[in-house]
Amino acid sequence: MFLPFLYELRRRGVPVGAQEAVALAGALKAGLHDSSLDGFYHVARALLVHAETHLDAFDQAFLAHFKGMEGAGQQLKDELLEWLKEARERRELTPEERALLEHFDVEELEKLFQQRLEEQTERHDGGKKWIGTGGASPFGHSGNPREGFRVGGEGAEGGGGRMAMKIAGARRYQGYRGDVVLDTRQMAVALRKLRAFAREGVADELDVEGSIAATAKNAGELEVVTRPPRRPNTRVVLLMDVGGSMDPYAHLVSRLFSVAKQATHFKELRTYYFHNCVYGRVFDSPYLVGGISVPDLLAQVGRHHKLVVVGDALMAPYELTMRTNSEGRYDPTEGKEGLVWLMELARHFERSAWLNPEPPQTWRGNTIQAVKNVFDMFPLTLEGLGEAVAHLTKGRMVRGRR
Amino acid sequence: MTSSPSRFRGTDSYLSSEGLQAAVNCALTLQRPLLVRGEPGTGKTLLAEAVAESLGQRLLTWHVKSTTRAQDGLYVYDTVQRLYDSRFGEGDVRDIRRYIRMGPLGESFASKERVVLLIDEVDKADVEFPNDLLHELDRMRFRISETNEDVVAAHRPVVIITSNNEKELPDAFLRRCVFHFIDFPDQELMRRIVGVHHPGLDESLTEQALKVFYELRNFTRLRKRPSTSELVDWIAVLKANGVTNVKLDDNLPFLGALLKREQDLMAVAEAFGRGRRTKA
Ligand SMILES: Nc1ncnc2c1ncn2[C@@H]1O[C@H](COP(=O)(O)OP(=O)(O)OP(=O)(O)O)[C@@H](O)[C@H]1O
Ligand SMILES: [Mg+2]
Repeated sequence: MFLPFLYELRRRGVPVGAQEAVALAGALKAGLHDSSLDGFYHVARALLVHAETHLDAFDQAFLAHFKGMEGAGQQLKDELLEWLKEARERRELTPEERALLEHFDVEELEKLFQQRLEEQTERHDGGKKWIGTGGASPFGHSGNPREGFRVGGEGAEGGGGRMAMKIAGARRYQGYRGDVVLDTRQMAVALRKLRAFAREGVADELDVEGSIAATAKNAGELEVVTRPPRRPNTRVVLLMDVGGSMDPYAHLVSRLFSVAKQATHFKELRTYYFHNCVYGRVFDSPYLVGGISVPDLLAQVGRHHKLVVVGDALMAPYELTMRTNSEGRYDPTEGKEGLVWLMELARHFERSAWLNPEPPQTWRGNTIQAVKNVFDMFPLTLEGLGEAVAHLTKGRMVRGRR
Repeated sequence: MTSSPSRFRGTDSYLSSEGLQAAVNCALTLQRPLLVRGEPGTGKTLLAEAVAESLGQRLLTWHVKSTTRAQDGLYVYDTVQRLYDSRFGEGDVRDIRRYIRMGPLGESFASKERVVLLIDEVDKADVEFPNDLLHELDRMRFRISETNEDVVAAHRPVVIITSNNEKELPDAFLRRCVFHFIDFPDQELMRRIVGVHHPGLDESLTEQALKVFYELRNFTRLRKRPSTSELVDWIAVLKANGVTNVKLDDNLPFLGALLKREQDLMAVAEAFGRGRRTKA
């Protein structure tokens, strides 16, 4: 039963493989789950998930897979031991394979497992089945068709598993979900240029050049000079448009986001979302929940932060003039126009850039033109990104301040 | 695979969830490093102490900084000291061993008994650091090239690594670790944590303090939200000064114990008081 669970996880984007499976098998064999589904939940989570961004997917997979099986803890372990035993006793095993299982040599097992896994994914539909069902494979099912472990039934273990279901059902980690990281070296390299360093803190680094100079000046008497180490000093605020017209670019933009998030050379990176135009509030997620009001954001980040906005700046003209308050609500009397909110953002930061996925030929005679008057705009291409980065790293320049 | 005789269940002064206990026990049994992440003040660092205490083993702490390299954890060769000594004729400069200083990782390998090694705030260092670290942890031995000596670990240390979510950690590194994300304590758990640090505290003061604390944490304009340790400290100050009532207004006593930044103090004064600052 636990093996198909791993496939469930993979389907939901949690990258579990042989290494995780073997670790889990080891933990279950050692009885760390105390024969309960509650215990299994915690042990499996500790070993199968490597980042909080996957916790939510784990919870969902767990719910989907173990619903109605709340008494199955003991069986989990029994199944595993049986799996090992049966595999060992199986005649059709090569002596080699049997010896391997005898010792439960984790590394070898893992290799073999991986190999089977690869063969398997070629033959099966996206991995709905786990390494065959029986036959010569030491990783197969027992051979007689058993239907999972629904035998335990509800509450057979005195409430075992209910707690795990409750925890998993609470979806506590939904907010930590992150996009799958894509291979985007080029973007990463472009962003890398954004970094800047400053020497700050305790002077605990040996300044070789300085020491030589000082020693020479000192008529050869040794004089050690130290200095504070270099530290990354770039802080970035990234705002992204998730309005409907951006859909065709969703892929491109999410790539940029994951690269930025991965970048380790920023001292601070804040990312927020908005819809078409900024209306007094930017959000924590593409579903426009959580988040922070623009005045609060500007109170929290300094002028030296680099502001990067990603959006097509395409909208109905009235959207630029619609008045909203800092809660993001429509407020015709007290509110400010969309374009004014954009100006406030642009004015606050010494350096800002707007990245637009629309081709530059289309930047005239529409709302793009209006936004372009507020922000320095660059096409969202590798080249444009490079230009934007160069622009952002130049000295100070405040737009909209006269 | 042998099952470990003793299971970690937290200690009298360290409260742990089932999930955290499971993660620690997985790490102990499978002999893998345990990576704990979570907001500041969620007890990541304290966990290593609790594990060491409950196992009855020595704790070695390696506090990672942005300039830390994996090599520093093994040993450093203090050339500057040697240079000085040679200039000013202190001690025997020819004995290189005198200038080899073991780092925490090196010491954990060299130790005769098994120890708990805390690698605190691993994400502070360079991107390559975690992978370098893995390399050393996998080999469990290293060579001091200056003296041509090999240090081979007699026991694999229990390794606990903490991270503050500042940076993404490399995949290869993550895959080798048992992982646990410590949630920020809810009010109920926080009440128990406060109870551990301030046994017998007046119940109504506890309630009021918790209320203020969570109200402040929900105040979005803060640059740094107060964490568990600030709450514990704040209550200590309240107790010491015989304060019995607290409420979030312009007279909140000793706010400075909860909020450390000038801007945050001002933001709170502005939002909850009438522009007056409270004395901390
Ligand atoms: N589970 C707990 N049981 C008891 N005390 C706790 C617990 N969690 C936190 N504390 C209290 O909070 C303080 C801070 O914990 P600790 O320093 O371990 O946090 P941390 O997660 O390492 O934070 P940082 O990320 O800032 O280093 C502890 O000294 C202790 O007073
Ligand atoms: Mg800490």
